[in-house]
Amino acid sequence: MSQFATGSPSSYTRTAILLHWLVALCIFAAFPLGLYMSELLLSPRKLQLYSYHKWLGISVLLLAIARLFWRRLHRPPPLAATMPRWQRLAAQGTHHLLYLLMLVVPISGWLMSSALGVSVVWFGVLPLPDLIGRNKELGEILKTVHELLNYAMLILVVLHIIAALEHHFRSRDDTLQRMLPFLGGKS
Amino acid sequence: MRRRAFIAALFLPLGALGAEFNAVMPEQSGIAFVFKQMGVPMDGKFARFTTRISFDPAQAAKAMAQIDVDVNSIDAGSSEANDEVKGKNWFNAREFPVAKFVSSGVKALGGNRFEAQGKMSIKGRTREVVAPFSFRQEGALAVLEGSIPLQRVQYGIGEGAWSDTGTVADEVQVRFRFTLGAAKK
Repeated sequence: MSQFATGSPSSYTRTAILLHWLVALCIFAAFPLGLYMSELLLSPRKLQLYSYHKWLGISVLLLAIARLFWRRLHRPPPLAATMPRWQRLAAQGTHHLLYLLMLVVPISGWLMSSALGVSVVWFGVLPLPDLIGRNKELGEILKTVHELLNYAMLILVVLHIIAALEHHFRSRDDTLQRMLPFLGGKS
Repeated sequence: MRRRAFIAALFLPLGALGAEFNAVMPEQSGIAFVFKQMGVPMDGKFARFTTRISFDPAQAAKAMAQIDVDVNSIDAGSSEANDEVKGKNWFNAREFPVAKFVSSGVKALGGNRFEAQGKMSIKGRTREVVAPFSFRQEGALAVLEGSIPLQRVQYGIGEGAWSDTGTVADEVQVRFRFTLGAAKK
């Protein structure tokens, strides 16, 4: 860890950036897919979409765990120095909750799958163990929990995006740029 | 005392070996099925069926079985799935409410293993099937346990869009367990 003692990094590592956008991609695919598939009548298409949704969700879970490990080993750059205290608190709070939801939303889906008796086989290859026994009533409750957590995630993601755009277009700091290096640095 | 019990134990199975079993105990019997859906192992069962079985492990060739399964008693995991599989594309339970297995012969494979051949009729289609099973004795009862591999598409179980076996696999294992009491003499 001594290599970080000399000062704060000014940007995210490539790995951190890649992981961030991979998770974003999975979430942007899994969320609307989840809304759409649950409205469908039972069909092969529906079964396929449910599987894809679960594969994406488990991918989010694994990527989130990878991100947390990476973050411990590679400190993220500090928030822009110009940010007032309330913005710092809001940013930290949002980030913590987003990390929490990246773990809890997929786990709630996994629990729901176990309870409803349709296990998850990640990408059709890796069978995941059932976390709990079969229980239809509990499965229905978990479904509601999964949905509510997803709406909480939706709100936080929207806030996260608004904040990033606000930093870029109004505060004109490098907050968005360091997660989107192709925007070009102004240093 | 111990020796006596030992001697008695020696004779018990011998006495039972020549026995014919034909009194099916529905509470301790079951018909279930397993298959894969998007690579995920799934299972279900039929709650109602009627059976006529007679089986004597010492005279396997004389054994016979007829099993009638009430298709409407299917439990495929959810009410949505149950409604679907009773429909026309799957079992068409309204027109074909009973699935039937009738044995044509049973042979001993050695040890406690046996094999029943017979005709399986589902949804108006009949196919020859082979059902390997095991025999074991639990007290005065006989337990026959085995499975029949089926290709669902051969019977038209899952037509139209459902005939795509990439989503719901073609291969279905029908698992059975019949507990039989000794024949009344």
